[in-house]
Amino acid sequence: MINILDTIMQGLLLGGLYALFATGLSLAFGIMRFVNIAHGDFIVLGAFASLALIQWLPMHPLLTLLIVLPALAVMGYWAQRLVYNRTLGRDIMPPLLVTFGLSVMLQNGLLEMFSGDSRRLDAGDLTTASIDLGGGLAIGVFPLITLVIAIALLAGLQYLFSRTAIGRALRATSDDPEIVQLMAVDSRKVYGVAMAIASATVGLAGVILGMTKAFDPLLGPPQLLFAFEAVIIGGLGSLWGTLAGGMVLGVAQAVGFRFDPGWGILFGHLAFMAILLVKPQGLFPKTRD
Amino acid sequence: MTEYTTLSKLAVDRRRALRILGGAALAAGSMGLPGAVFAQAGRKIKIGFVTPKTGPLAPFAEADSFVIEQMRKLFADGLQIGGARYPVEIIVKDSQSNPNRAAGVATDLIVKDKIDLMLVSSTPETTNPVSDQCELNKKPCISTVAPWQPWFFTRGGKPEKGFDWTYHFFWGLEDLIGVFSSMWESAGTNKVVGALWPNDGDGNAWGDAKLGFPPVLTKGGYTVVDPGRYQNLTSDYSAQIARYKDAKVEILTGVPIPPDFTTFWNQAMQKGFKPKVATVGKALLFPSSVEALGANGDGLSSEVWWTPKHPFKSSLTGQSTQALADSYEAASKKQWTQPLGFAHALFEIAVDVLKRSKDLNSPAAIRDAIAATRLDTIVGPISWQGGPVKNVAKTPLVGGQWRKGGKHKYELVIVENSQAKMIPVQDKLKPIGG
Repeated sequence: MINILDTIMQGLLLGGLYALFATGLSLAFGIMRFVNIAHGDFIVLGAFASLALIQWLPMHPLLTLLIVLPALAVMGYWAQRLVYNRTLGRDIMPPLLVTFGLSVMLQNGLLEMFSGDSRRLDAGDLTTASIDLGGGLAIGVFPLITLVIAIALLAGLQYLFSRTAIGRALRATSDDPEIVQLMAVDSRKVYGVAMAIASATVGLAGVILGMTKAFDPLLGPPQLLFAFEAVIIGGLGSLWGTLAGGMVLGVAQAVGFRFDPGWGILFGHLAFMAILLVKPQGLFPKTRD
Repeated sequence: MTEYTTLSKLAVDRRRALRILGGAALAAGSMGLPGAVFAQAGRKIKIGFVTPKTGPLAPFAEADSFVIEQMRKLFADGLQIGGARYPVEIIVKDSQSNPNRAAGVATDLIVKDKIDLMLVSSTPETTNPVSDQCELNKKPCISTVAPWQPWFFTRGGKPEKGFDWTYHFFWGLEDLIGVFSSMWESAGTNKVVGALWPNDGDGNAWGDAKLGFPPVLTKGGYTVVDPGRYQNLTSDYSAQIARYKDAKVEILTGVPIPPDFTTFWNQAMQKGFKPKVATVGKALLFPSSVEALGANGDGLSSEVWWTPKHPFKSSLTGQSTQALADSYEAASKKQWTQPLGFAHALFEIAVDVLKRSKDLNSPAAIRDAIAATRLDTIVGPISWQGGPVKNVAKTPLVGGQWRKGGKHKYELVIVENSQAKMIPVQDKLKPIGG
């Protein structure tokens, strides 16, 4: 019983991390139908940006968020305005190709600058702090914080989309980028804002990743895979769906790990496939194409 | 397949043509040389060197550029062989940690650059494809920094037959198992060992029920808790940690890749799993990986192939191990790493082989010189006579523990020498946190 409880709890905590990884991808896809192959590499870029800041001026990794998030948001905005917007259209190939190229460039650029060493953002005692729940059950403080951050982030974004003017503009542009132009909304700028928000969440995911585990310049693609699965399981365009998707993936993996440490990742993929078979649109689809 | 064979046949034909052309050019060149520059100038000798400069294996190659710089200075006036001075060129190629690319650049070195001798280092992913290309193209090759079993058996080596062109020096799994189990003898534990073996070449070899750790440990009275092979880059180790806690594991061992060990170790702390001893291969070789653990790297232990405390010196520069490490640290501003000694030793052997070779224009003569090597290098005595199998020379292996403090954030202290008594022990293995 304790073991089952422990497994599910661990799965949910892991799900929080996956949801955090997936938020940026979910946003970009939900609003712009834009699939960013370099998503995982941008997460790693966020981690390295934080690392570079700490090397320049020693501080707690969480403090670097104050600089990393705005920096990535600005970068995301201009990347959207100058590059991604040119690739958007009826054909889905150009964004895939452009971001694939970006992925290669980012990996090699980071390798040049930071070498292939595996690094970590040292969060001090926070990394190993643990809460004893009694009965031999213990959970890490940091995974719990990660889950809380993921939920808070998704709640915040949900509020932004449903209750604010910018949220309405984003949703309207998502529904029909041509009609909103008639209402004096520049869809290119709205897309830029959407990418800025998505990139800021990517920066957040990167800093959390760097504090959770060791990273190196080539860690991006595996993160992309899990993020992608979380988005698809949850349903395209739905933020709470992304959280649910992360949780499903996390619990499936944790259960698999229990049977055999080699099966965890496989169980995650199987859960992904099962949901695709039963509900091809994902659990809570918002976007219809 | 047919296309491939025709292609390689074509390549062979072209190579033969090139060789004839090259020979003619060489003859013409030597006739034209007035011999004013050197008393007796030999032709240029080319040494090829393949190493994973970039990619996940890059930490293994970190010291290579320093060693190559050192060698280029040493060879600036050429190499005195017999009565003549031979200019030496070292051509370095990056494998990008990719076995296919390693094979590709090796072929380039052999066919395009027409090297005389191949050197290769750093993990089976680099040494094996390069050695295979050399065997195929009949080019003498010396490799290192990969346990000899994955180098020999994975390439289809037969102990009685061996290979014709490729030679390897390093330690083997038998040394590793000896070092680890003798290290734990002194630690005062309940002899329950938790295994963290990934589903990759190393993990499967270490965990092999016949040839790996389990039979030796069981014989030594240890209980092995092996939850099974996991995928590299897994984010969650709570299942393994729960199994270890249930079985009251006090010794942790394994061969995870460095990023995975960091994740594992942090989660172990979070879940309250604190073994007395953690002896882990591969992940804890480099100071950078231990530093990545923050304060929790103290007391972890690992296999040790080379340190500045080893009682050896270079046959090329006369430097002691300590002097070599010091000059590396002064030049690179980084802490010494274990591959430094082996990269240096590769060139020691190369120079020794070239000097002893009866005919520099004959690959077979160079190969015979490799086989006859008896040289005291900075990593210990090297000889291919009397290795465990043909083509393999063994170097000593000891055990070490990472301790806080001193000149660097963490220092590697030798705590075990049962397999190599000539290397002095600096201290005894201390339990973690003790």
